[in-house]
Amino acid sequence: MIPVEEVATNPVEPFLRMERIPHIWCPGCGIGTSVNSFTRALIESEADLNKIAIVSGIGCTGRVAGYMKLDSFHTTHGRAIPFATGLKLARPDLTVVVYSGDGDLFAIGGNHFIHAARRNIDLKVICVNNLIYAMTGGQAAPTTPVTAVSTTSPYGCYEPPFNLPYLAAAAGATYVARWTTFHVRQLARAMKEILRRKGFSFIEVISPCPTLYQRRNKMGDGLDAMKFYKEHSKVKNGAPTAEVGLDIAGDIIVGKFIEIERPSYADVMRHQLHARLGDRYACEEGAVCQ
Amino acid sequence: MTADPKGVLTGAHFLDGDQACTEGCLAAGARFAAGYPITPSTEIVERFAQRIPTVGGVFVQMEDELAASIAIQGAVWGGAKAFTVTSGPGFSLMMEHLGYAVMTETPCVLVNVQRGGPSTGLPTLPAQSDMMQARWGSHGDYEIIALSPSSPQECFDLTIQAFNLSEEFRVPVLLMMDECVGHMTEKVVIPEAEGIEIRPRRLTTLPPDQFTLYATNGDMVPDMVHAGMGYRFHVTGLTHDDRGYPAMTAQAQDKLIRRLKGKISTAAERIAFRDEEALDDAEVVVVSYGITARVAQRAIEDARRKGLKVGKLRLITVWPFPERQVRELAGRVKAFVVPELNMGQMALEVERAAGGRARTIPVPHAGGTVHQPADILRAIEEAAK
Amino acid sequence: MAKGSVSIIVERCKGCAFCVEFCPTKVLALSSAFNAKGYHPPHVVAPEKCSGCDLCGMYCPDFAIYGYKIGKKESEAAA
Repeated sequence: MIPVEEVATNPVEPFLRMERIPHIWCPGCGIGTSVNSFTRALIESEADLNKIAIVSGIGCTGRVAGYMKLDSFHTTHGRAIPFATGLKLARPDLTVVVYSGDGDLFAIGGNHFIHAARRNIDLKVICVNNLIYAMTGGQAAPTTPVTAVSTTSPYGCYEPPFNLPYLAAAAGATYVARWTTFHVRQLARAMKEILRRKGFSFIEVISPCPTLYQRRNKMGDGLDAMKFYKEHSKVKNGAPTAEVGLDIAGDIIVGKFIEIERPSYADVMRHQLHARLGDRYACEEGAVCQ
Repeated sequence: MTADPKGVLTGAHFLDGDQACTEGCLAAGARFAAGYPITPSTEIVERFAQRIPTVGGVFVQMEDELAASIAIQGAVWGGAKAFTVTSGPGFSLMMEHLGYAVMTETPCVLVNVQRGGPSTGLPTLPAQSDMMQARWGSHGDYEIIALSPSSPQECFDLTIQAFNLSEEFRVPVLLMMDECVGHMTEKVVIPEAEGIEIRPRRLTTLPPDQFTLYATNGDMVPDMVHAGMGYRFHVTGLTHDDRGYPAMTAQAQDKLIRRLKGKISTAAERIAFRDEEALDDAEVVVVSYGITARVAQRAIEDARRKGLKVGKLRLITVWPFPERQVRELAGRVKAFVVPELNMGQMALEVERAAGGRARTIPVPHAGGTVHQPADILRAIEEAAK
Repeated sequence: MAKGSVSIIVERCKGCAFCVEFCPTKVLALSSAFNAKGYHPPHVVAPEKCSGCDLCGMYCPDFAIYGYKIGKKESEAAA
């Protein structure tokens, strides 16, 4: 007999497909924690939930779409962003969130990421970075730190990883932030900000992967990762993104690095077509022709 | 319903097959296209990019064919009718999302203006060598619908047909053109909008609390919803149950795959469009499609002048293959002659359907140009012996 | 008198202890008992200290716990 009060409701539940809970994520995985922040952001942004679509690729974080009680799309590996691009351009009235992992968004999907950022498609991209291909059993990813052991870098990784905020900023993202799953309130605030703003927005969420990343690197469990984030995260809002790369055991620079205004793809498209075609331009259905 | 006049360029025009395809897309109601340039298909989206701003819609040039073939599906789930176009190398990249459209039952149209392959092959010269890739190119078991036009007029007509079939069956439909038809310029007559029959999307009439994403009612095709309508649905490329939720069991796989295949295979006869001539007393039947059918036509006429009893079976629907018709013909003809711009692809299908009751004589051609009528005539004469 | 309380859905818990570690007022501890899946869920050891801040709910990756301010629970649950 466990002496606790049992109440089967929780403020995140209205946002989840409860018939699919418990989810598939491991004990100590941070993806569920990031979802808590996302649901708080949904509440606080006062968004119309019927007008939010969430698009995921493949992988552990790729399963987020399937758990959210929103219009949700679990697409192919790496292609969440181009799917979301088509959805957003066809339906400018929708808020389109891309929620996926580091391998999905930056290895197989890397090309799509940089082009969507370059075009400034109005997408809200949330990348849970667990530093590894977890769903497939712990292979080295483009984010795996140098010297980290994975199943495909059994003697330690010797590829330099991407610095995701630097990449995003260089490609043209108009909002770039990084938080860890320890920073639940800051993360929720950042998510709320990108839900409310226009333009290609990117949040990297550093997250524990006790089963596939930490175990092989003798980094303990999920809680150990969270304590590490607490002790080794340094908040530096506005930090130059070139300087926020990650080392295997180094400090984690977190904060909001970039927030700029730049006309979105759809805005520029409408402007250009109006300029050239005048009244002959028939704006796409549902769009505001300004 | 009939076509929205905004997209219909009514009148008699002098268009090549690529341009006629664009007009077919617009007439069919396509208001979204994503593409990546590749010869000899690019003119289709070039014309779309020029036309769509005044019709009302979006063209986006994506970073590759992987992106183009999934961007259109995002647009479809947002409510658009959408298509992409490509040729061999891009078609290979699109196979991933052909499978996604099959699995998620996303109606869309993929146009392949075929050129010589493998690999980069002959970018500017014709072939029909992706016919088996069209049928089997994506992994897993599925059925596909593919149409093959033989003229610019048919590029227009069959593009509309492709959209209509994609909406009726909720499948990706392939328009298998070739470089010759794509770049051949002829008279194309575009009717008045009210003369163009358009199959609307099968949207549910049920409210969200009574709606199940992949539940079927009557036929094997579920009704659809779009994002933003309040249904809060889930779409996945994983094997899924009627709710659209992942279902990792053999039972769920069996149920889903049988329905995805069955919705097309049970309708195969109804959608197997053909152009037939003189089959009643034929001893030899020339089976062809696309540009090759036009060369074959000349060979057939030459053979008839020589007194040979030659029939014509031109496949307009290539997939599903008209298996029953070929099987029946096999019982009463001597042979099938199958010219095509490949080393023998649809000929295999003819041979299979004939089941040994009539000879199948392929007339292979590696592509780069079309057959000489004499090559086909020789095969007809051989078949008639 | 505590300002808040927590609800724990024992069977969803996977025993990660995030809630225990990061509770600002140290209301929770892992139970020595097991749930049906074999994990040790948290239980309340200092109920009087709970502020109802819901940081436990923010951290819980398994949606198995949440905190609430006393007196506000019904209205929040209905929202």
